[in-house]
Amino acid sequence: MSTAVRGTSRRRVPRGGHGSRYRKGDNLFGYIFIGPWLVGFITLTLIPVISVLFLGFTRYSMFAPPHWIGATNFIQMFTTDTRYWASVRATLYFAFVSVPLKLIFALAVAMVLATKHRFVGAYRAIYYTPSIIGASVAIAVVWRQIFASSGLVNYLLAMIHITVNISWIGDPRTAIWTLIILVVWQFGSPMLIFLAGLKQIPAELYECAAIDGARFWGKFFHITLPLLTPIIFFNFVLQMIFGLTVFTQAFIVTGGAPLDTTNFYALYLFQKAFSDFQMGYGSAMAFILLVTVAAFTALVFRSSPYWVFYQTEVK
Amino acid sequence: MMSPVSGGAAYVSERTQERLLRKRRRDRINSTLFHVGVIVLGFIMIYPLLWLAASSLKGRDEVFTRVASLIPLHFTWSNYAAGWKGFGGTTFTTFYKNSLIYAIFGTMFATFSSAFVAFGFARIHFRWRGLWFACMLATLMLPVQIQIVPQYILFSQLHWVNTFFPLLIPPLLCQAGQAFFIFMVVQFIRGIPIELDEAAEIDGAGRMRVFVQIIMPLIKPALVTVAIFSFYYTWGEFLTPLIYLNSPTLYTISVALRSFADPTGITDWGAIYAMSFLSLVPVLVVFISFQRHIVEGISTTGMKG
Repeated sequence: MSTAVRGTSRRRVPRGGHGSRYRKGDNLFGYIFIGPWLVGFITLTLIPVISVLFLGFTRYSMFAPPHWIGATNFIQMFTTDTRYWASVRATLYFAFVSVPLKLIFALAVAMVLATKHRFVGAYRAIYYTPSIIGASVAIAVVWRQIFASSGLVNYLLAMIHITVNISWIGDPRTAIWTLIILVVWQFGSPMLIFLAGLKQIPAELYECAAIDGARFWGKFFHITLPLLTPIIFFNFVLQMIFGLTVFTQAFIVTGGAPLDTTNFYALYLFQKAFSDFQMGYGSAMAFILLVTVAAFTALVFRSSPYWVFYQTEVK
Repeated sequence: MMSPVSGGAAYVSERTQERLLRKRRRDRINSTLFHVGVIVLGFIMIYPLLWLAASSLKGRDEVFTRVASLIPLHFTWSNYAAGWKGFGGTTFTTFYKNSLIYAIFGTMFATFSSAFVAFGFARIHFRWRGLWFACMLATLMLPVQIQIVPQYILFSQLHWVNTFFPLLIPPLLCQAGQAFFIFMVVQFIRGIPIELDEAAEIDGAGRMRVFVQIIMPLIKPALVTVAIFSFYYTWGEFLTPLIYLNSPTLYTISVALRSFADPTGITDWGAIYAMSFLSLVPVLVVFISFQRHIVEGISTTGMKG
């Protein structure tokens, strides 16, 4: 009797899932609770995203109403604006170099720290510290000084009798690398996520492999890497979106100079919209960014069945 | 010497004994190598931070003559006194105060509204819930650069430019990168047995009461995580204050530092280092005091993506 009652009540109120049965007042209370988010979503996200498309087809300086100019902004962007292409090139180079490097570092250090040793907790905290301060203006200011011509790096090089007089930030060949180093330095948060993932891998798998005579790289390529693909996937998507929209560090450290080699997309968009007050052009750029990020996300998700391996598929 | 295998009855050949001893010695060497390696790399990792702290305590000449050293020859607090004066007649007292207003209210708004909205998504079966939840998750992938232009137009038409509203309204309405927080709290609430809600409702509690008295106390660990990360976010946020705050008396510390460290007119590097380090102090204090919580939080919630 009691079990039957329990059973029905369970069925009546589905747990968290996609319940289709409504209870009295559910609609009202549901919308009261999600109200803050819903109002914000519509006014600050949905309408802006839609109006970006409209504004992209206008000339708008904030001082006069938007003036419809058709596809002029887009045509200018793709054909005559060489600075636009410089920013696209710099952004793609930055994202596709820094993200893999960051993830490789994160995984390597996570594998070292996943071993049983004393003080591992303290080490984790130290390696994570750059991640919480790395995006700040303060660290960007420090970075600018570290890589300046009379800065720390050249000073250290002079100590080992290598005289370098260039400013790493002022030289078009090296400027982007100072920013890549700054971002890779913050590998702490993907590292922590990898660490958690490594702990989930059953130890028996490694024991079996050891019995079969597998060495370190064998275990790595046949156990660790495949089982981590869901986490690599998660980290990759998150870091790529971050990499494609990096702003503060470049704004402070290099300001887009030299020769636009670090004038990233977000930086150029900011200059167009808020320094030149070409809001229409900025919106057109934002729209292309939206399409790119959406296409990229769709591509990564679509391709995920081919390279992301979920353990539950075997069980 | 003692045999590693005790118990007497088991026969241990000399060879096995020797092998075990060798293994133990190898383990000890490996362990030493591990600690040395990890400490050296760890030192490189936090060197910039230590260097900043040390440089802020060096005298005017030492900043340039002993660039790399981590221990100042002559400790001096004068950089802090000089830097605190700020620029254009506005001191860092103002900047700190502004940052605190932004960080404290922003964090409170973000934390409370995330919990409130998450309860709705996790526990109430309203119409189109799935659709709205999917919309919310989609905003996870949306870079802020896409909305800034229309948002700026909207806020300027409301005459909110040069006020704190554009900074504080988005977190209140869950639009300051909170999608991930809401998702995290939803997952957390789903882990709480629904029987608790039902029992309270049988006793006559309404939805609001269930949220305040049953759910809120139980999701405290998740809310602490949300609060810590909202604090980091608001304290360090640069783009939003840069766009909306024009007068130096409203500058938050990140925007102020940028003007203060303007590369075209720098003379007093020590003062810049001092103020830069001071701007990191609250973040470091929060990190040190909640270190365990933060590290655990990322390890577990990151998994749910």
